[in-house]
Amino acid sequence: MSDIAERVKKIIVDKLGVDESEVTSEASFTNDLGADSLDTVELIMEFEKEFDISIPDEQAENIQTVGHAIEYLESQVSA
Amino acid sequence: MSKRVVITGIGALTPIGNDISSFLDGLKQGVSGAGKITRFDATGFRTEFACEVKNFNAEDFLDRKEVRRIDPFAQYAMVVADQAIIDCGINLETVDKSRVGIIWGSGIGGFTTFEEEIEGAGRAVGVPKYNPFLIPKLIVNIAAGHISIKYGFSGVNFATVSACASANHALIIAADNIRLGRVDLVVCGGSEAAVTRAGIGGFSSMKALSTRNDDPLTASRPFDKNRDGFVLGEGAGALILESYESAKARGAKIYAELLGSGMNADAYHITAPEPTGKGVIQCMQYAMKEAGLSTSQIDYINVHGTSTPLGDVAETHAIQSVFGDDAYGINISSTKSMTGHLLGAAGAIEAIASILSLNHNFIPPTINHFEDDPEIDARLNFTFNEAQQRDVKAVMSNGFGFGGHNTSLIFGRV
Repeated sequence: MSDIAERVKKIIVDKLGVDESEVTSEASFTNDLGADSLDTVELIMEFEKEFDISIPDEQAENIQTVGHAIEYLESQVSA
Repeated sequence: MSKRVVITGIGALTPIGNDISSFLDGLKQGVSGAGKITRFDATGFRTEFACEVKNFNAEDFLDRKEVRRIDPFAQYAMVVADQAIIDCGINLETVDKSRVGIIWGSGIGGFTTFEEEIEGAGRAVGVPKYNPFLIPKLIVNIAAGHISIKYGFSGVNFATVSACASANHALIIAADNIRLGRVDLVVCGGSEAAVTRAGIGGFSSMKALSTRNDDPLTASRPFDKNRDGFVLGEGAGALILESYESAKARGAKIYAELLGSGMNADAYHITAPEPTGKGVIQCMQYAMKEAGLSTSQIDYINVHGTSTPLGDVAETHAIQSVFGDDAYGINISSTKSMTGHLLGAAGAIEAIASILSLNHNFIPPTINHFEDDPEIDARLNFTFNEAQQRDVKAVMSNGFGFGGHNTSLIFGRV
């Protein structure tokens, strides 16, 4: 697993209070990990802080699963 | 008044005990809950001590995600509400949840959240980003909201906010809603978690806090000649108020009856007591009238008594105006000498102290008395330093808040 994926999963475990085992690539924040609309906003903010980037709202709306988040952040951070 | 209102459950989280039995022990033994502040580094603040809740781990009561999403003031509320709900013995499976309300007081609300977020925003470059939980963690009414969500209680639900009278207002409004028949049972009380930099700093700037940094344990000394301000406390108290009929019908144990209440305003100054005490006098008289008691029938007054130079004298004079010579036969005490001042939670834990006094026939002491104040009538019995035994049938509990909000409650045996 990439360093970015590790960091993303750590944030999700911490913010959503879920077990690491639940944080799979396919897991949807709202459908599988119990996030509400406020949690998802907070997650995006945490990703921004962790990786020192700014995620535009239209991009944030597309980040609905753990995999989406990792994919997006890898594309932005390694760039 | 059509319906009688009784207390059928209690819960407490205080600087001298994290549940009812340890709180009761603390009150009997006269312990001080004060100590050096641990919540933040208070070095250099004018006041470096407070009465904090000790050995509290939110994760013992709430899951990890809840802990993050809920400010300490509302965490405290949930913990004590749970104690009181269990204590009152209602069956959560069968109770009509639409007939259960929640009225919850707090003076300030999510102070920790507010402080962290605003300080964070202040450090930001450009437009600050605010956490989406800032508002729902901060707002005072969220404690009542969380309790309702946890148990599904869907009756009347909101917050009362009147600084240090907040919890007393919660009790009065809860009782009114029961009397009006809107609900049968209300989870009410108050919570506060204001031992923060801005909390200590703000009250310090008002010169409201004791600065006895060399001896925190004796700093809260209501009615003592050398009192120099209040000691900030934190915690929560919950009471289950219920219609007498409902309590009887389900065979609940009844701790006490809320016999009467008074509430009004000084209409004078934001923080200073009105010099003649007329607002406070009238407030106590309202409560006495509602309770239908004569001045000789009150055994104990749990005073607001915060240990400030002006406030303690003003309240004493007001009590003497209301009770006349009967005042000499009453036990008076300020449990804030032990717990510190819990602001919006003060009325709740003091109502509980009053009820415990009724149930256990003792008067909690006013600890830390060293020297009489010549401005205070020494013939009054302030229950100094040690608890006293007494057959207690009726108790008055006072609470006054910045803004000039006055409240007075009277509890009696059923």
